[in-house]
Amino acid sequence: MPTLWGYSISAARSIDYDKNDQSFLRRLAHSCPSSKLCIGCGGCTAACSAGNLTEFNIRQLQMLVKRGETRETAEQLHKCMLCGKCLLVCPRGVDTRKMILSMKRFLREHDQ
Amino acid sequence: MNIVIIGGGPAGSEAAYRLAGEGYTVDLVEKENSIGGNLNNWHQLFPDRKSAAGLVKELQQRLNHPGITLHIDAEAREIAESAPGKFAVKLSNKTVLHGSAVLLATGYKVFDAKRKEEYGYGIYKRVITSAELENLFTNRALATLYGEAPKRIGFIHCVGSRDEKICNYHCSKLCCVTAVKQAIEVREMLPEVEIFCFYMDMRMFGPGYEEMYREAQERYDIKFIRGRLSEAAENIHGQVVVKVEDTLVGKPLRMTLDLMVLMVGMEAADGSGKLAGSVQVPLYPNGFIRPADPHTGTNLTARPGIFTAGSCTSPMNLTDTLTDARSAAWQIKKWLTGSDKHA
Repeated sequence: MPTLWGYSISAARSIDYDKNDQSFLRRLAHSCPSSKLCIGCGGCTAACSAGNLTEFNIRQLQMLVKRGETRETAEQLHKCMLCGKCLLVCPRGVDTRKMILSMKRFLREHDQ
Repeated sequence: MNIVIIGGGPAGSEAAYRLAGEGYTVDLVEKENSIGGNLNNWHQLFPDRKSAAGLVKELQQRLNHPGITLHIDAEAREIAESAPGKFAVKLSNKTVLHGSAVLLATGYKVFDAKRKEEYGYGIYKRVITSAELENLFTNRALATLYGEAPKRIGFIHCVGSRDEKICNYHCSKLCCVTAVKQAIEVREMLPEVEIFCFYMDMRMFGPGYEEMYREAQERYDIKFIRGRLSEAAENIHGQVVVKVEDTLVGKPLRMTLDLMVLMVGMEAADGSGKLAGSVQVPLYPNGFIRPADPHTGTNLTARPGIFTAGSCTSPMNLTDTLTDARSAAWQIKKWLTGSDKHA
Protein backbone atom coordinates (compact mmCIF):
# COMPACT_ATOMS: atom_id res chain seq x y z
CA MET A 1 0.00 0.00 0.00
CA PRO A 2 1.48 3.42 -0.88
CA THR A 3 2.22 5.60 2.12
CA LEU A 4 0.46 8.88 2.63
CA TRP A 5 3.67 10.82 2.07
CA GLY A 6 4.92 8.85 -0.90
CA TYR A 7 8.58 8.14 -1.45
CA SER A 8 10.30 10.38 -3.92
CA ILE A 9 13.01 13.00 -3.75
CA SER A 10 13.23 15.74 -6.35
CA ALA A 11 16.13 14.76 -8.61
CA ALA A 12 17.45 18.30 -8.85
CA ARG A 13 17.65 18.60 -5.05
CA SER A 14 19.19 15.29 -4.09
CA ILE A 15 22.34 13.26 -4.25
CA ASP A 16 21.44 10.15 -6.23
CA TYR A 17 24.15 7.77 -5.09
CA ASP A 18 22.77 5.00 -7.32
CA LYS A 19 23.23 7.04 -10.48
CA ASN A 20 26.22 9.24 -9.68
CA ASP A 21 29.54 8.57 -11.37
CA GLN A 22 31.72 7.05 -8.68
CA SER A 23 34.92 6.76 -10.69
CA PHE A 24 36.15 10.10 -9.30
CA LEU A 25 35.66 9.22 -5.65
CA ARG A 26 37.30 5.82 -6.15
CA ARG A 27 40.34 7.41 -7.77
CA LEU A 28 40.57 9.95 -4.95
CA ALA A 29 40.46 7.25 -2.28
CA HIS A 30 43.16 5.38 -4.18
CA SER A 31 45.54 8.25 -4.91
CA CYS A 32 45.08 9.99 -1.53
CA PRO A 33 44.06 7.35 1.03
CA SER A 34 44.31 9.82 3.94
CA SER A 35 41.33 11.70 2.44
CA LYS A 36 39.18 8.88 3.84
CA LEU A 37 40.05 9.99 7.38
CA CYS A 38 38.02 13.22 7.30
CA ILE A 39 35.55 13.59 10.18
CA GLY A 40 34.13 16.85 8.89
CA CYS A 41 35.35 19.08 11.75
CA GLY A 42 35.80 22.08 9.44
CA GLY A 43 39.20 23.08 10.79
CA CYS A 44 40.48 23.27 7.20
CA THR A 45 37.69 25.58 6.06
CA ALA A 46 38.12 27.84 9.09
CA ALA A 47 41.84 28.20 8.39
CA CYS A 48 41.48 28.42 4.59
CA SER A 49 43.04 31.48 2.87
CA ALA A 50 40.79 31.12 -0.19
CA GLY A 51 37.67 30.60 1.94
CA ASN A 52 38.56 33.82 3.75
CA LEU A 53 38.08 35.79 0.53
CA THR A 54 35.63 33.74 -1.56
CA GLU A 55 32.82 31.20 -1.33
CA PHE A 56 35.36 28.37 -1.35
CA ASN A 57 34.72 25.58 1.19
CA ILE A 58 37.24 22.77 0.93
CA ARG A 59 35.56 20.51 3.50
CA GLN A 60 32.29 20.66 1.60
CA LEU A 61 33.89 20.20 -1.84
CA GLN A 62 35.80 17.05 -0.92
CA MET A 63 32.67 15.69 0.76
CA LEU A 64 30.66 16.32 -2.42
CA VAL A 65 33.28 14.42 -4.43
CA LYS A 66 32.94 11.51 -2.01
CA ARG A 67 29.20 11.43 -2.78
CA GLY A 68 29.79 11.48 -6.52
CA GLU A 69 28.95 15.18 -6.94
CA THR A 70 31.82 16.65 -8.93
CA ARG A 71 30.29 19.62 -10.73
CA GLU A 72 30.66 22.16 -7.91
CA THR A 73 34.18 20.98 -7.15
CA ALA A 74 35.14 21.43 -10.80
CA GLU A 75 33.84 24.99 -10.67
CA GLN A 76 35.46 25.93 -7.36
CA LEU A 77 38.75 24.09 -7.08
CA HIS A 78 40.85 26.66 -8.95
CA LYS A 79 40.33 29.05 -6.01
CA CYS A 80 42.69 27.03 -3.80
CA MET A 81 46.07 28.74 -3.46
CA LEU A 82 47.81 25.67 -2.00
CA CYS A 83 48.93 27.72 1.01
CA GLY A 84 48.81 24.56 3.15
CA LYS A 85 47.12 25.97 6.26
CA CYS A 86 44.51 23.20 6.09
CA LEU A 87 47.34 20.69 6.24
CA LEU A 88 48.59 22.32 9.46
CA VAL A 89 45.26 22.22 11.31
CA CYS A 90 43.76 18.89 10.21
CA PRO A 91 43.37 16.75 13.36
CA ARG A 92 43.15 13.59 11.25
CA GLY A 93 46.32 14.08 9.27
CA VAL A 94 44.58 14.25 5.90
CA ASP A 95 47.15 15.17 3.27
CA THR A 96 44.96 18.00 2.00
CA ARG A 97 47.58 19.22 -0.45
CA LYS A 98 47.77 15.83 -2.12
CA MET A 99 43.99 15.54 -2.02
CA ILE A 100 43.54 18.87 -3.84
CA LEU A 101 46.27 18.16 -6.39
CA SER A 102 44.73 14.73 -7.10
CA MET A 103 41.30 16.26 -7.61
CA LYS A 104 42.78 18.90 -9.93
CA ARG A 105 44.52 16.20 -11.97
CA PHE A 106 41.35 14.10 -12.31
CA LEU A 107 39.35 17.10 -13.42
CA ARG A 108 41.99 18.00 -15.98
CA GLU A 109 42.04 14.45 -17.36
CA HIS A 110 38.26 14.37 -17.38
CA ASP A 111 38.13 17.54 -19.47
CA GLN A 112 40.48 16.19 -22.10
CA MET B 1 48.36 -11.44 52.69
CA ASN B 2 49.45 -7.97 51.62
CA ILE B 3 48.56 -6.02 48.49
CA VAL B 4 50.37 -2.89 47.29
CA ILE B 5 48.14 -0.32 45.58
CA ILE B 6 49.87 2.42 43.62
CA GLY B 7 47.81 5.59 43.37
CA GLY B 8 45.50 7.09 45.99
CA GLY B 9 42.89 8.51 43.61
CA PRO B 10 39.31 7.26 43.55
CA ALA B 11 40.29 3.88 42.01
CA GLY B 12 43.10 3.12 44.46
CA SER B 13 41.11 4.30 47.48
CA GLU B 14 38.01 2.32 46.56
CA ALA B 15 40.02 -0.85 45.86
CA ALA B 16 41.93 -0.45 49.15
CA TYR B 17 38.68 -0.21 51.08
CA ARG B 18 37.18 -3.25 49.32
CA LEU B 19 40.29 -5.42 49.75
CA ALA B 20 40.63 -4.47 53.43
CA GLY B 21 36.98 -5.45 53.83
CA GLU B 22 37.90 -8.91 52.49
CA GLY B 23 40.52 -9.31 55.22
CA TYR B 24 43.68 -8.41 53.28
CA THR B 25 46.25 -5.87 54.43
CA VAL B 26 46.88 -3.05 51.99
CA ASP B 27 49.69 -0.55 51.43
CA LEU B 28 48.26 2.43 49.57
CA VAL B 29 50.89 4.64 47.92
CA GLU B 30 50.11 8.25 46.97
CA LYS B 31 52.65 10.69 45.50
CA GLU B 32 50.82 13.83 46.67
CA ASN B 33 50.27 14.80 50.31
CA SER B 34 46.62 13.71 50.33
CA ILE B 35 44.41 11.18 48.59
CA GLY B 36 41.83 11.97 45.90
CA GLY B 37 44.06 12.51 42.85
CA ASN B 38 42.55 14.62 40.06
CA LEU B 39 39.25 14.66 41.94
CA ASN B 40 40.81 17.28 44.23
CA ASN B 41 40.79 19.77 41.34
CA TRP B 42 37.08 19.39 40.64
CA HIS B 43 34.14 21.33 42.08
CA GLN B 44 31.02 19.37 41.12
CA LEU B 45 30.51 16.08 39.32
CA PHE B 46 28.16 15.18 36.47
CA PRO B 47 25.41 14.16 36.10
CA ASP B 48 24.05 14.77 39.62
CA ARG B 49 26.24 17.77 40.55
CA LYS B 50 27.64 15.95 43.57
CA SER B 51 30.35 17.83 45.47
CA ALA B 52 33.77 16.48 44.48
CA ALA B 53 35.20 17.42 47.88
CA GLY B 54 32.37 15.45 49.49
CA LEU B 55 33.28 12.34 47.53
CA VAL B 56 36.98 12.70 48.40
CA LYS B 57 36.00 12.94 52.08
CA GLU B 58 33.89 9.81 51.79
CA LEU B 59 36.76 7.89 50.14
CA GLN B 60 39.15 9.19 52.79
CA GLN B 61 36.95 8.13 55.71
CA ARG B 62 36.76 4.59 54.34
CA LEU B 63 40.55 4.39 54.48
CA ASN B 64 40.38 4.56 58.29
CA HIS B 65 40.63 0.81 58.45
CA PRO B 66 43.18 -1.15 60.52
CA GLY B 67 44.13 -3.16 57.42
CA ILE B 68 45.12 -0.11 55.35
CA THR B 69 48.48 1.67 55.62
CA LEU B 70 48.60 4.94 53.72
CA HIS B 71 51.93 6.20 52.37
CA ILE B 72 51.58 9.83 51.26
CA ASP B 73 54.28 12.00 49.64
CA ALA B 74 55.73 8.76 48.31
CA GLU B 75 56.10 7.92 44.67
CA ALA B 76 56.38 4.32 43.53
CA ARG B 77 59.48 4.07 41.35
CA GLU B 78 59.83 0.44 40.41
CA ILE B 79 58.19 -2.95 40.80
CA ALA B 80 60.25 -6.15 40.96
CA GLU B 81 59.17 -9.77 41.34
CA SER B 82 61.50 -10.86 44.13
CA ALA B 83 60.20 -14.47 44.07
CA PRO B 84 57.36 -16.03 42.03
CA GLY B 85 54.18 -14.23 43.13
CA LYS B 86 56.12 -11.94 45.51
CA PHE B 87 56.47 -8.33 44.50
CA ALA B 88 58.65 -5.55 45.89
CA VAL B 89 57.71 -1.94 45.22
CA LYS B 90 60.44 0.66 45.70
CA LEU B 91 59.27 4.11 46.81
CA SER B 92 60.91 7.51 46.39
CA ASN B 93 61.48 7.68 50.19
CA LYS B 94 63.61 4.50 50.04
CA THR B 95 60.90 2.34 51.59
CA VAL B 96 60.35 -1.04 49.96
CA LEU B 97 56.85 -2.48 50.19
CA HIS B 98 56.15 -6.18 49.72
CA GLY B 99 52.97 -7.66 48.34
CA SER B 100 51.50 -10.81 46.84
CA ALA B 101 49.79 -8.62 44.27
CA VAL B 102 50.25 -5.09 42.96
CA LEU B 103 47.39 -2.92 41.82
CA LEU B 104 48.23 -0.11 39.41
CA ALA B 105 45.79 2.76 39.97
CA THR B 106 47.99 5.47 38.56
CA GLY B 107 45.17 7.32 36.81
CA TYR B 108 45.59 10.02 34.19
CA LYS B 109 46.91 13.54 33.78
CA VAL B 110 45.13 16.42 32.07
CA PHE B 111 46.46 17.48 28.68
CA ASP B 112 48.91 20.40 28.79
CA ALA B 113 47.02 23.00 26.74
CA LYS B 114 50.26 24.90 25.99
CA ARG B 115 51.07 22.17 23.48
CA LYS B 116 48.16 23.38 21.34
CA GLU B 117 49.87 26.71 20.77
CA GLU B 118 47.43 28.05 18.17
CA TYR B 119 44.74 28.13 20.88
CA GLY B 120 46.77 30.67 22.86
CA TYR B 121 46.76 29.09 26.30
CA GLY B 122 49.52 30.67 28.38
CA ILE B 123 49.76 33.45 25.77
CA TYR B 124 46.33 35.14 25.96
CA LYS B 125 45.00 36.02 29.39
CA ARG B 126 41.40 35.07 28.68
CA VAL B 127 42.12 31.50 27.68
CA ILE B 128 41.74 29.04 30.55
CA THR B 129 41.36 25.27 30.89
CA SER B 130 38.32 23.35 32.09
CA ALA B 131 40.30 22.35 35.19
CA GLU B 132 40.96 26.01 36.00
CA LEU B 133 37.28 26.81 35.53
CA GLU B 134 36.44 24.22 38.21
CA ASN B 135 38.76 26.12 40.52
CA LEU B 136 36.95 29.38 39.70
CA PHE B 137 33.67 27.67 40.59
CA THR B 138 35.08 26.52 43.93
CA ASN B 139 36.36 30.00 44.75
CA ARG B 140 33.31 31.75 43.26
CA ALA B 141 35.70 33.96 41.31
CA LEU B 142 34.23 33.75 37.80
CA ALA B 143 32.15 36.96 37.90
CA THR B 144 35.10 39.12 38.93
CA LEU B 145 37.81 37.31 37.01
CA TYR B 146 38.66 40.28 34.76
CA GLY B 147 37.14 43.03 36.87
CA GLU B 148 33.71 42.43 35.36
CA ALA B 149 31.57 39.45 34.44
CA PRO B 150 32.22 38.00 30.97
CA LYS B 151 29.42 38.59 28.46
CA ARG B 152 30.25 35.75 26.07
CA ILE B 153 31.97 32.49 26.91
CA GLY B 154 33.04 29.73 24.54
CA PHE B 155 33.84 26.14 25.46
CA ILE B 156 36.22 24.41 23.05
CA HIS B 157 35.80 20.63 22.98
CA CYS B 158 38.49 18.06 22.08
CA VAL B 159 41.58 20.00 23.20
CA GLY B 160 44.28 17.34 23.33
CA SER B 161 41.85 14.62 22.18
CA ARG B 162 41.12 13.20 18.71
CA ASP B 163 44.05 15.17 17.40
CA GLU B 164 46.77 13.56 15.36
CA LYS B 165 48.82 16.76 15.49
CA ILE B 166 49.60 16.25 19.17
CA CYS B 167 49.71 12.45 18.80
CA ASN B 168 46.48 11.74 20.69
CA TYR B 169 44.14 9.70 18.53
CA HIS B 170 41.84 8.81 21.39
CA CYS B 171 38.63 10.45 22.57
CA SER B 172 38.81 11.45 26.25
CA LYS B 173 35.08 10.71 26.57
CA LEU B 174 34.38 13.00 29.52
CA CYS B 175 35.04 16.45 28.08
CA CYS B 176 31.71 16.69 26.18
CA VAL B 177 29.59 16.09 29.25
CA THR B 178 31.95 18.18 31.39
CA ALA B 179 31.48 21.12 28.99
CA VAL B 180 27.70 20.76 29.26
CA LYS B 181 27.92 20.59 33.05
CA GLN B 182 30.24 23.58 33.24
CA ALA B 183 28.10 25.59 30.82
CA ILE B 184 25.10 25.01 33.08
CA GLU B 185 27.10 26.03 36.15
CA VAL B 186 28.23 29.21 34.38
CA ARG B 187 24.63 30.00 33.44
CA GLU B 188 23.57 29.66 37.07
CA MET B 189 26.25 32.11 38.16
CA LEU B 190 25.88 34.54 35.26
CA PRO B 191 22.26 34.64 34.01
CA GLU B 192 23.04 37.21 31.29
CA VAL B 193 26.11 35.62 29.69
CA GLU B 194 25.98 34.13 26.20
CA ILE B 195 27.39 30.60 26.19
CA PHE B 196 28.63 28.55 23.21
CA CYS B 197 30.05 25.05 22.96
CA PHE B 198 32.21 24.31 19.90
CA TYR B 199 32.15 20.57 19.32
CA MET B 200 33.00 17.96 16.67
CA ASP B 201 30.62 15.28 17.97
CA MET B 202 28.62 15.35 21.20
CA ARG B 203 29.47 12.09 22.93
CA MET B 204 26.88 11.72 25.65
CA PHE B 205 27.64 8.13 26.61
CA GLY B 206 26.44 7.86 30.19
CA PRO B 207 23.07 7.61 31.91
CA GLY B 208 21.50 11.05 32.19
CA TYR B 209 24.11 12.71 29.95
CA GLU B 210 21.99 13.14 26.82
CA GLU B 211 19.18 14.43 29.02
CA MET B 212 21.58 16.97 30.47
CA TYR B 213 22.55 18.08 26.95
CA ARG B 214 18.89 18.60 26.11
CA GLU B 215 18.33 20.47 29.35
CA ALA B 216 21.32 22.70 28.56
CA GLN B 217 19.56 23.80 25.37
CA GLU B 218 16.04 23.91 26.73
CA ARG B 219 16.41 25.38 30.19
CA TYR B 220 19.86 27.01 30.21
CA ASP B 221 19.95 28.50 26.72
CA ILE B 222 23.38 27.09 25.83
CA LYS B 223 24.19 27.20 22.13
CA PHE B 224 26.08 24.52 20.25
CA ILE B 225 28.16 25.08 17.14
CA ARG B 226 29.55 22.12 15.24
CA GLY B 227 33.08 22.98 14.24
CA ARG B 228 36.62 22.57 15.43
CA LEU B 229 38.59 25.67 16.42
CA SER B 230 41.37 26.29 13.93
CA GLU B 231 43.01 29.20 15.74
CA ALA B 232 42.46 31.95 18.28
CA ALA B 233 43.81 35.50 18.42
CA GLU B 234 43.66 38.36 20.91
CA ASN B 235 42.14 41.75 20.04
CA ILE B 236 43.23 45.13 21.52
CA HIS B 237 40.66 44.78 24.31
CA GLY B 238 42.24 41.53 25.40
CA GLN B 239 39.27 39.49 24.18
CA VAL B 240 39.73 36.26 22.26
CA VAL B 241 38.70 36.07 18.62
CA VAL B 242 38.05 32.53 17.41
CA LYS B 243 37.88 31.09 13.92
CA VAL B 244 35.91 27.93 13.22
CA GLU B 245 33.81 26.60 10.43
CA ASP B 246 30.16 26.34 11.38
CA THR B 247 30.03 23.03 9.56
CA LEU B 248 26.25 22.68 9.71
CA VAL B 249 25.86 26.05 8.00
CA GLY B 250 28.89 25.44 5.78
CA LYS B 251 30.51 28.81 6.38
CA PRO B 252 33.56 30.05 8.29
CA LEU B 253 32.57 31.78 11.51
CA ARG B 254 34.35 34.40 13.56
CA MET B 255 33.37 35.24 17.10
CA THR B 256 34.73 37.43 19.89
CA LEU B 257 34.74 35.83 23.33
CA ASP B 258 35.34 37.36 26.76
CA LEU B 259 36.49 34.00 28.03
CA MET B 260 37.56 30.84 26.20
CA VAL B 261 37.55 27.56 28.10
CA LEU B 262 39.63 24.70 26.68
CA MET B 263 38.17 21.27 27.46
CA VAL B 264 41.48 19.54 28.14
CA GLY B 265 41.55 15.82 27.51
CA MET B 266 43.04 12.92 29.46
CA GLU B 267 46.50 11.48 28.89
CA ALA B 268 48.23 8.54 30.53
CA ALA B 269 49.91 9.53 33.80
CA ASP B 270 53.71 9.69 33.66
CA GLY B 271 54.01 7.01 36.34
CA SER B 272 51.97 4.40 34.44
CA GLY B 273 54.53 3.75 31.72
CA LYS B 274 57.50 3.61 34.07
CA LEU B 275 55.87 1.19 36.51
CA ALA B 276 54.30 -0.98 33.84
CA GLY B 277 57.64 -1.07 32.05
CA SER B 278 59.44 -2.32 35.15
CA VAL B 279 57.30 -5.49 35.08
CA GLN B 280 56.99 -5.75 31.26
CA VAL B 281 53.29 -4.86 31.23
CA PRO B 282 52.46 -3.61 27.72
CA LEU B 283 50.91 -0.22 27.00
CA TYR B 284 48.59 1.01 24.27
CA PRO B 285 50.25 3.36 21.75
CA ASN B 286 48.72 6.32 23.63
CA GLY B 287 50.47 5.28 26.87
CA PHE B 288 47.50 3.84 28.74
CA ILE B 289 48.02 0.36 30.20
CA ARG B 290 46.82 -2.51 28.05
CA PRO B 291 44.57 -5.05 29.78
CA ALA B 292 45.05 -8.79 29.25
CA ASP B 293 41.86 -8.78 27.17
CA PRO B 294 39.55 -5.85 26.43
CA HIS B 295 36.43 -7.87 27.28
CA THR B 296 37.25 -10.74 29.58
CA GLY B 297 40.59 -9.64 30.99
CA THR B 298 40.00 -6.13 32.30
CA ASN B 299 41.84 -5.43 35.58
CA LEU B 300 44.32 -8.15 34.55
CA THR B 301 47.57 -7.46 32.71
CA ALA B 302 49.92 -9.63 30.70
CA ARG B 303 51.85 -10.17 33.97
CA PRO B 304 50.10 -12.40 36.56
CA GLY B 305 49.95 -10.62 39.90
CA ILE B 306 49.91 -7.13 38.41
CA PHE B 307 46.43 -5.64 38.20
CA THR B 308 44.90 -2.35 37.09
CA ALA B 309 42.00 -0.19 38.24
CA GLY B 310 40.54 3.04 36.95
CA SER B 311 41.73 5.51 34.33
CA CYS B 312 45.27 4.17 33.99
CA THR B 313 43.85 1.91 31.25
CA SER B 314 41.69 4.46 29.42
CA PRO B 315 39.78 7.68 30.03
CA MET B 316 37.02 6.79 32.48
CA ASN B 317 34.35 8.65 34.40
CA LEU B 318 34.01 8.30 38.18
CA THR B 319 31.14 5.83 38.01
CA ASP B 320 33.19 3.48 35.85
CA THR B 321 36.37 4.13 37.86
CA LEU B 322 34.76 3.08 41.13
CA THR B 323 33.10 0.06 39.47
CA ASP B 324 36.42 -0.89 37.92
CA ALA B 325 38.11 -0.64 41.34
CA ARG B 326 35.60 -3.01 42.92
CA SER B 327 36.03 -5.36 40.00
CA ALA B 328 39.82 -5.23 40.47
CA ALA B 329 39.43 -6.09 44.17
CA TRP B 330 37.43 -9.16 43.19
CA GLN B 331 39.98 -10.19 40.53
CA ILE B 332 42.82 -9.86 43.05
CA LYS B 333 40.97 -11.92 45.63
CA LYS B 334 40.25 -14.58 43.03
CA TRP B 335 43.90 -14.72 42.01
CA LEU B 336 45.24 -14.81 45.57
CA THR B 337 42.88 -17.57 46.71
CA GLY B 338 43.72 -19.51 43.53
CA SER B 339 47.47 -19.17 44.06
CA ASP B 340 46.97 -20.20 47.70
CA LYS B 341 45.58 -23.53 46.54
CA HIS B 342 48.58 -24.11 44.31
CA ALA B 343 51.11 -23.26 47.03
